[in-house]
Amino acid sequence: MITGSIAGIGAGLAAIGAGIGIGQIGGKAMEGMARQPEAAGKIQTAMLIAAAFVEAVALFGVVVAFLGTK
Amino acid sequence: MDLSHIFNLKKSLHIAFCAVFIACSSLAGRAQEHDNTNDPHVTRSEMNAPHEEKEEDISATILHHIADAHEWHFWGHGEHKVSIPLPVILWTENGLVAFMSSKHDENDHGTEIFEEKGQQLVNYHGKYYYPAATKDAHGAYVALDENAVPNNAKPFDISITKNVVSLFLSIIFLVLIFTKVAKSYRVREGKAPKGLQSLLEPIILFVRDDIARPQLGHRYAAFMPYLLTVFFFVWLNNLMGLIPFFPGGANVTGNISVTMMLALCTFILTTINGNKSYWGHVFTPHVPWWLYPLMIPVEIIGLFTKPIALMIRLFANITAGHILILSLISLIFILKSVLVAGIAVPFVLFISVIELVVGFIQAFIFTILSALFIGMAVAEEHVEHH
Amino acid sequence: MTILALNPLVSPDPGLFIWSTVAFLLLFFLLSKFAWKPIVKALDERERSIEDALAKAEMAKQEMAKLTSENEQLLKLARAERDEMLKEARILKDKIVGEAKDAAQLEGAKMLEKAQQEISSQKAAAVAEIKGKVAELSIQIAEKVLRQQMADKSKQEALVSDLLKDVKLN
Repeated sequence: MITGSIAGIGAGLAAIGAGIGIGQIGGKAMEGMARQPEAAGKIQTAMLIAAAFVEAVALFGVVVAFLGTK
Repeated sequence: MDLSHIFNLKKSLHIAFCAVFIACSSLAGRAQEHDNTNDPHVTRSEMNAPHEEKEEDISATILHHIADAHEWHFWGHGEHKVSIPLPVILWTENGLVAFMSSKHDENDHGTEIFEEKGQQLVNYHGKYYYPAATKDAHGAYVALDENAVPNNAKPFDISITKNVVSLFLSIIFLVLIFTKVAKSYRVREGKAPKGLQSLLEPIILFVRDDIARPQLGHRYAAFMPYLLTVFFFVWLNNLMGLIPFFPGGANVTGNISVTMMLALCTFILTTINGNKSYWGHVFTPHVPWWLYPLMIPVEIIGLFTKPIALMIRLFANITAGHILILSLISLIFILKSVLVAGIAVPFVLFISVIELVVGFIQAFIFTILSALFIGMAVAEEHVEHH
Repeated sequence: MTILALNPLVSPDPGLFIWSTVAFLLLFFLLSKFAWKPIVKALDERERSIEDALAKAEMAKQEMAKLTSENEQLLKLARAERDEMLKEARILKDKIVGEAKDAAQLEGAKMLEKAQQEISSQKAAAVAEIKGKVAELSIQIAEKVLRQQMADKSKQEALVSDLLKDVKLN
């Protein structure tokens, strides 16, 4: 039998959402860079910022999972 | 932003070697530590405990490694312990109480009340509390709540903990490094950079040209000292956190108090530098007036979520990296087979190298988001297109 | 705060918060004063000096180009002047040569004329002399012939008669 906190599942779900989001950001950024290699620097910066915002959501999920456990 | 000029330094080979070295020594250090837990001379109640309790012990060990401590622990337990004791400073009901952590750390189960300067205290899992009136079931003078957290009143703890020592060490490193660099700028004025100066100059220029200027425009110069300080502070502490032994090993940027302090600095800078258009955007947003009751609270909450997200992001990223490395190492002890090391060690090496990059990226993200928020606060009003 | 106290990992520690604030502010002031100020200043100065040098180089280049174009202009002008001068010289030469030729021709013609006059006068003198000589000789010859013919009387009479025959009285 598996025992544990259900908060872990919540954190996992948040990670799925963020994973999809960051995947989209990365993929689109690559597309953009391939289309306009001269704008690669700007795209990279914007990509990292956007990824950081999305990632924050998943991290909130992880932190809530921390709060729930123990 | 072009990271390649930083990663393509000649030193990248050095960095790779350092990473391998760090990872290997982290393995050595941690393996040794856990070897001691399996040492028959060390009598631990968990030794013959059922499987579930063993796993619980491992997650407690991981959390213990990530958390702050009153001593700088190297290896061993009980009499075999090797550690640097650090001063404990408590602001109690009887005034300031200070003692070395080694003095009262034998009993951390709260079963023994000790007295310092007429103040009665108990040590429960490395934290100091006022003793409860009665003993609990395990003989400890603590009153636990339903989450096994003591309800006891506790003195205000301003001890020099492991993280504080690590913080000051990192500050000494930073001041030494950058005063040296500043001196070489003075000595070699107008000449090409050399040595340490040429290693750090591209990074300083990176902060200026790729972080400050794009976000802050022509006002960047005033915020350069703050952004540079934050960047190098976060970066160095991220890297020091990856070193498993002294002077690294403290989880400074993975501690929510430190990231809270950093986020608060950005929040204060944003708030005091906010101009008319910034506050106007908060209190008179460009929506029909009947939406104000909805929009103004949202905008005000938005002011606070930005630094909170900043705080959580750095804390959670660094902590997650540490937990990942420790968990992979713990796999050896969970599965109780040394053969697992064949898989766990390359994985730890891989994650450690990724953590080196994450350490840089998180420092960059923290700095660029700080610059972005400050830039939003100081940006001049644009012509609105309705 | 009760919910934050659930896990020690996510509960901020006031002591550490205070120490980290002290440490960070200390770091900020130390680095701002002793590191960032000189470094940023040095970097800005270097950048400015590089920009200045580039601007100066650009200016020098323009100056150079201007100078070159000026030189070119001058050269062109000089070349045009030279061409002009050469042309003038050629014209002058032609003129001089032509004049000299004319003068020589004139002189030659004059001399020729003079020579011809001389020749003709000499010739006339010679002809006149020869004429005189011939007349004298012919008179002498005629005298001698006459003397021989008139030696006898008959022949004188025949002649007179002959002459008289030719003479007609009209």
